[in-house]
Amino acid sequence: MSNHRKIVFNDVTLRDGMHAISHQYTKEQIAELTKLIDESGVDIIEATHGDGLGGSSIQYGFSKESEEDIITTAVKNAKRAKIGVLLLPGIGTIDHLKRAREWGAAVVRVATHCSEADVSEQHIKKAVDMGMDTVGFLMMSHRSTPEELLEEAKKMEYYGAGTIYVVDSAGALTMDDTRRRIALFKENLSTDIGFHGHNNLSLGVANSIVALEEGASRIDTSLAGMGAGAGNTATEQLIAVMNKMEIPHIVDLYKAMDAAENVMKPMMNRPVQIDRLSLTLGYTGVYSSFLLFAERAGKEYGVDPRDILTKISEMGAVGGQEDWIIGVAQDLAKEKKYV
Amino acid sequence: MSNQKIKCAIIGSGNIGTDLMYKLLGSDKLELTAMVGIDKNSKGLALAKQYGVKPIYNGIDGLVADPELAEIIFEATSAKAHGNNAPILKDLGMKAIDLTPAAIGPFVVPSVNLKKDRIVGLDNVNMVTCGGQATIPIVKAISDVVKVDYAEIVASISSKSAGPGTRQNIDEFTVTTAKALQEVGGAKESKAIITLNPAEPPILMRNTIHVKTAQSAEDHREEVLSSLDDILKTVQRYVKGYRFKADPVIKGNVVTVSVEVEGNGDFLPKYAGNLDIITSAALETGEVMAEHLRKEETAQ
Repeated sequence: MSNHRKIVFNDVTLRDGMHAISHQYTKEQIAELTKLIDESGVDIIEATHGDGLGGSSIQYGFSKESEEDIITTAVKNAKRAKIGVLLLPGIGTIDHLKRAREWGAAVVRVATHCSEADVSEQHIKKAVDMGMDTVGFLMMSHRSTPEELLEEAKKMEYYGAGTIYVVDSAGALTMDDTRRRIALFKENLSTDIGFHGHNNLSLGVANSIVALEEGASRIDTSLAGMGAGAGNTATEQLIAVMNKMEIPHIVDLYKAMDAAENVMKPMMNRPVQIDRLSLTLGYTGVYSSFLLFAERAGKEYGVDPRDILTKISEMGAVGGQEDWIIGVAQDLAKEKKYV
Repeated sequence: MSNQKIKCAIIGSGNIGTDLMYKLLGSDKLELTAMVGIDKNSKGLALAKQYGVKPIYNGIDGLVADPELAEIIFEATSAKAHGNNAPILKDLGMKAIDLTPAAIGPFVVPSVNLKKDRIVGLDNVNMVTCGGQATIPIVKAISDVVKVDYAEIVASISSKSAGPGTRQNIDEFTVTTAKALQEVGGAKESKAIITLNPAEPPILMRNTIHVKTAQSAEDHREEVLSSLDDILKTVQRYVKGYRFKADPVIKGNVVTVSVEVEGNGDFLPKYAGNLDIITSAALETGEVMAEHLRKEETAQ
């Protein structure tokens, strides 16, 4: 590969993975997972509520542990990896970020919907001021054209972000879609570039490889793909492919495999996999964390959760709008009654 | 003399200021004399001029230079700008109705606490946020029936209706709204979330209110529902397009209510109900203040 930059692994088992376990990791589980992930060799371990700082709520589900316990437990149990947090302006605030910094978080990813980068200005500037490794995180990247996405990325670069991500929150990007976005970023941005994938269309690994080929130097992965929807790019799977392709990195394949198999999978409540519902997320382009909410609402109102997700997609819901699901389920149930 | 209108001005010529201008032009108690901005190319200032309202291009300095222009000032800038302007307005003896989340003065939500004797004598009142105006009445309606331990609101607004001031104040939005959910809504604890949605055509402003009650809300279902219906009608008196979006869900001690706000389409089209809910609240407040000032002046 022409890209000789060190590839930085950002593990999201303890953040995106929170969605898959309805934010219920215990401190003991966080400690155990942090140790194993750290030992496998990844660079950054993100540990926060699935919806980021301040995400613990009725809307998204309450965390089992406090924000302080989640972050400090990760910090205490990582010997070499840096601990990161996610912040969605509108949910989390600069005050949350200051506290996370005091508890030892060294990396922050300031996340906005792909077309709304300008709500991240204050948060990115503050994070840079506090000396954090500051990342701009453009969610639902499939909803913008590559050119539109670049305009938003440039704003985040201007605010001071050192790395900017193409975030495939809905697992809806095809390989060409990913290639065009990353290539355009590479050509026009002077920041590092990252990719966050979801496996809803079974393209988590493939899209991550494409991103690396086009010059991305940060990749999000999680043990056994632990994450929203059909999960993220699985660390052990990506490592295996990178080894075969001789893409240099420092993560230990067997350690990642063992952690995924022996520890991560037994912790799962619902298998993190491609099934008809998570596939529908990728197919219709819906934010992956809507999965469990649509499943529950489908059961409660006696409607097909795929119909809920399809309707949600037509309405253009963005990340964070889980509250729309109940209204849609009610409407579908009423329609059903009158047919 | 009793038909004399009270003079007022708007600071801020963005989405909120301009929408408010249309509403003030129709008031029989307030006379809009000036619109204050800092951007010569602002659409709001051009519209003001077109409607015969004096445009001021040099910010608050223009108001300081001509203090006879207004007794009541509507501030529709940003929390930071109002922080600077508030003491200046006070020195000029002007009453401020603050539509930013600066929260310098006490909160006013007309359907809950706009009482004449409460705001008389105040030189600065705060209109919370659009999300606060849309959700606090619901929380209050529930807390009037059962004690509310926790209130959480999620406001979704269309990207097109969120100007730069709103975007730069996103932290202030959540903090101020959460504070007012307690102080005005009666919740013990609270949280506020806002999302911007770029869908086309733009979405109507939508708010979901989740409430945890101290005792079972389900046991008081009928009272809760009837209290919600009452408050809906009260808010509709000043914002016609305020309505339930989904059926209220009451389970054990959790109540979830969803409301949407269709605007009047005064400045931005009808999707921007988030403008109407706060500008209409400010207009109501301004008219109550004006009535009082008029009486004071007549008495003198």
